[in-house]
Amino acid sequence: MTQINSTSSTIIANFQISLHSGSQVFELSVNSEFPSTGITAILGESGSGKTTLLRCIAGLEKSAKGLLKVGETTWLDDKHCVPTYEREIGYVFQDARLFEHLNVQGNLQFAIKRSHEKVQKAFYAEVINALDIGHLMQHKPDQLSGGEKQRVAIARALLVKPKMLIMDEPLASLDNARKQDVLPYLAALQNMFHLPVLYVSHSTDEVCRLADHVIVLHQGKVVAQGGINDVFASTQLPHIYKQETSTIIKAKIIEKDERWHLVKAEFDGNTLWLQDHNQAIGKAVRLRIIASDVSLSLQDEKESTILNRLEGRIGGIEIDKKSATALVTVDLMNSEVVAQVTRKSIDDLFLMVGMKIWAQIKSVAILA
Amino acid sequence: MGLTESDINAIWLTIKLAFTVTIILLIIGTPIAVWLAKTKSWLRGPINAIVALPLVLPPTVLGFYLLIAMGPDGPIGQLTEQLGLGLLPFTFWGLVIASLFYSLPFVVQPIQNAVEAIGKKPLEAAATLHSKPIDTFFYVILPLARPGFISAAILGFAHTVGEFGIVLMIGGNIPAETKVVSIQIYDQVEALEYAGAHRLSAIMLGFSFIALLLLYSFQKRGIATKFRIGR
Repeated sequence: MTQINSTSSTIIANFQISLHSGSQVFELSVNSEFPSTGITAILGESGSGKTTLLRCIAGLEKSAKGLLKVGETTWLDDKHCVPTYEREIGYVFQDARLFEHLNVQGNLQFAIKRSHEKVQKAFYAEVINALDIGHLMQHKPDQLSGGEKQRVAIARALLVKPKMLIMDEPLASLDNARKQDVLPYLAALQNMFHLPVLYVSHSTDEVCRLADHVIVLHQGKVVAQGGINDVFASTQLPHIYKQETSTIIKAKIIEKDERWHLVKAEFDGNTLWLQDHNQAIGKAVRLRIIASDVSLSLQDEKESTILNRLEGRIGGIEIDKKSATALVTVDLMNSEVVAQVTRKSIDDLFLMVGMKIWAQIKSVAILA
Repeated sequence: MGLTESDINAIWLTIKLAFTVTIILLIIGTPIAVWLAKTKSWLRGPINAIVALPLVLPPTVLGFYLLIAMGPDGPIGQLTEQLGLGLLPFTFWGLVIASLFYSLPFVVQPIQNAVEAIGKKPLEAAATLHSKPIDTFFYVILPLARPGFISAAILGFAHTVGEFGIVLMIGGNIPAETKVVSIQIYDQVEALEYAGAHRLSAIMLGFSFIALLLLYSFQKRGIATKFRIGR
């Protein structure tokens, strides 16, 4: 389970907002605590209120009512509302929103001049290096590609020295190739700058790859929240994401098999064979095993094409009477993996909690 | 060119008037334009209408009211007399005040359009970068609306140069004080001095063409915001 460290800057968000546009009313009601470390993803389909939630946190939605606290500081309560320009956030918009009248350097200087904390030369250099935008300094925003714009926007947001970084689908406006221009930088940000990040996305791939913590929104309500694996590996995940149920694992590459072009990854004493993508031995990787890619067997089926078979015991069976499938949690050594199997199979094999079982894993996605 | 001293006085006076009016209008027109572009107040409609009135009113009507207001019994007249400035009709500053009203929409509307075109996105971005509203006004709104200011300045200047009716009502015909080029041409035609009228008219024609050429070539390059009149 994710630890929420209440002594540092936990974000307490408890607010309601009704937005009217024409005859449409959108209501968002959130009562959550977000951890102050790592990347917290806010996942939901379009129209679920993700962006509105971020805008409320940033103070851009004037009609938000309720309570918003970041650490010891209250940003919103009954009596007052701290204006956006006094909230120590960095905000990366979906559409970058660079100032068209300034070049890249001008955009970055705009942030530096207004930072509440002095921006050291070394920090400036580090940000520019991290996002690889040094060669773009004299360019105007309209001369940049979508991915470059977004990288500049991220750098600009970092240079106000925020206490929290807010990102609203920074990859949504980019095509797949351009996404790859930005994704690695996002993954590295967290390690380099140790900032809490709120990251909005509708893509479970992005969320599984980047986030440590996740909040799932559906029609303006929080329907699930917790550590990334706690949410994705359980029935907490709302119906629309059911097919995305998966186990997310932090593993380490420990061995290479040149002959078969495979690498061995270890997590909590368990091992998996993965395709060799030139990962160095010792490299940390994040893996995703989709629950429907895991089948169960009462014995170790050595005469099978499935390479990854993990021995364990059934730790839990979560049955949804309205569905043909159920989630089975297999306890491994210090870890677990979830399998989505039909309720009929559970019945046919008399599966019960505590039984010895083999989880057969058909595919493993390497996220990062 | 054979311009008479009286012609040169009229040209100089016209330029001085247009320049003064344009500068003052840019200063007072900007807050009005920015307010109109941003406000959700019910006053937006009425203020918009008042600003646009000179577009449709005959200059004589505007001139008539201003004449009365600036006269000894009018509110402006009483104020200027109390301040020891005397009465404004038939003075240069009387003309300036009349022209401020007359050219107001030509300055306010291009700026208003340009500010509206910026939208709220860059302003939100600025706020998240710790920029206070006044800071955002000077470093984001003003530079992004620059094309609108260029249009406003060209149109305000050119329109003031081209006014006639209101000058006749407020300023009369005092050499080097209120006799601008358009009045000088009128006088020359009245006196059947067609050669002089030709010279000044040609200068006005050339000036107006160049002003509009500047305006539209800015627009073609996408620098100036399209000037829409009347809204």
